[in-house]
Amino acid sequence: MTEPVAPYDSHAEARIRIAFDHVSLTFAGRTGSAAVRVVDDVSYQIRQGEFVSIIGPSGCGKTTMMNMVAGFVRPSSGAVTLDGKPIVAPGPDRGVIFQEYGVFPWLTVRENIAFGLTLAANRADAPRRMEICDRYMRLMSLSDFADAYPKTLSGGMRQRLALARAYAVNPEFLLMDEPFGALDAQTRTAMQDLLLNVLAAERKTVMLITHSVEEAVYLSSRIIVMTARPTRIREVIEVPFAYPRSESLHEDPQFGALRSHIRELVMREYAVQAQQSGSAAQTQ
Amino acid sequence: MRRFTLILSPWLLIIAIWYAVAYSGLINPALVPTPHAVAVQFWHQLTEARLPRDILMSTQRVLIGVICGITLAVPVGFMLGWYPRVRMFIDPLINFFRALPPIALIPLVVVYFGIGEVAKIVILFYASFFAGVIVMYEGIAQISPIYVRVARTLGATDAELFRRVIIPLAVPHILTALRVALGVAWATLVASELIAAQQGLGALIQNASSFFQLDIIYVGIICIGLIALMMDLLLRAIGDRLVSWQERIA
Repeated sequence: MTEPVAPYDSHAEARIRIAFDHVSLTFAGRTGSAAVRVVDDVSYQIRQGEFVSIIGPSGCGKTTMMNMVAGFVRPSSGAVTLDGKPIVAPGPDRGVIFQEYGVFPWLTVRENIAFGLTLAANRADAPRRMEICDRYMRLMSLSDFADAYPKTLSGGMRQRLALARAYAVNPEFLLMDEPFGALDAQTRTAMQDLLLNVLAAERKTVMLITHSVEEAVYLSSRIIVMTARPTRIREVIEVPFAYPRSESLHEDPQFGALRSHIRELVMREYAVQAQQSGSAAQTQ
Repeated sequence: MRRFTLILSPWLLIIAIWYAVAYSGLINPALVPTPHAVAVQFWHQLTEARLPRDILMSTQRVLIGVICGITLAVPVGFMLGWYPRVRMFIDPLINFFRALPPIALIPLVVVYFGIGEVAKIVILFYASFFAGVIVMYEGIAQISPIYVRVARTLGATDAELFRRVIIPLAVPHILTALRVALGVAWATLVASELIAAQQGLGALIQNASSFFQLDIIYVGIICIGLIALMMDLLLRAIGDRLVSWQERIA
């Protein structure tokens, strides 16, 4: 890879791609119970080439926000737009990595990666498919398992397969919902570095949902800290470190300071959430 | 070899118990024919009498009944499993009809369909449809929505989604529904052949019972069990090939 790695931190001038404009979401309550407000008047923008992490207490509505960008959920009020147009449906321009991977169990590793390329939306001929599969299998260290079914793969390998499958159709955006949440610590670190490497080679605009502060600081160019439900923006934090990043960054004192600051914010929201559910339990 | 012995041993045990009961003197020997007497009778029926024809007739009825039943059960079960709203009001209906024993329907079947082949096949169709539809919709309802979402984010159209994702996910459930329906159809066979059947294993058993030929009754029962077992093994082998990707529990 000789091409220069454009720094993410020059995003100030980059154009806005995804925008949340006063977005709220209310789930209609079941008969007899009140409607539940999940997202409350959230506005932010994601610019071309940014790596934005959304962090907040679990169950606060982070995943819901990603699902709005993916096109699975519509806001009750406000708008989620892509290049100024409201998002109404999923599409191959936005690759999604789900928490539970969702690799197709009836297809081999190679067939999984090729799946998107056999669809009318991004059809590639057989030699081209072969080439793309080979490239991502090499990149994700899956080449030895090309013809294996997912049932024989470990969690980390399934995660890499999901990533390869999403990458194969060359989306402009990568939406990731706690992609490394189910992995052990070592695999998780390895996957984070792999992701950074892949992004350095093929730039995407990334939205990452996570509850790991460490992960958010290590990977992102910007972090949006969300409050407990109904979720609002608590704070937006620019991460000053240049890409490419390496693991030594974890030792950096500035990294440590940023991490403690965000951890404190998030812990406070967890406390609010615990209080809420505590009082809810009392009234019931 | 060890595996073979293990599979064979419960069968040998049953035959041993059978002999023990026959020779114990506790039961009138006229009521318990010995295994070898049944084997002799089986050979006689197979080579010199009606058994091949009975097997053929019964197998034919079961297959036609099951094929008709499953052909309907697969789309209906799929709709019920895929659309929870449809399930809400169709489910009670299915459970109502499922609970009715086919044998209780025989008088009505005779009135509406006569006493010919159609009547027997209707009974087998009824039994295999309701067995198949339940298996099918329980299976489809358990399919994780994640695969549909993934395919959508990769750009799949409705048609591609159906052909490339939903069908592969449905195949294992279709095979299970087929296996269950075959089992139920064989179990219902004798009832269906209560309707004025001249031929078939059910007819063989009923004729033998009017003449108190216990050994022939045993031959008929064992035949039904063996054929059902062989069909199930065959389907299982086909299934293992077709859905080798599936994760097996244990």
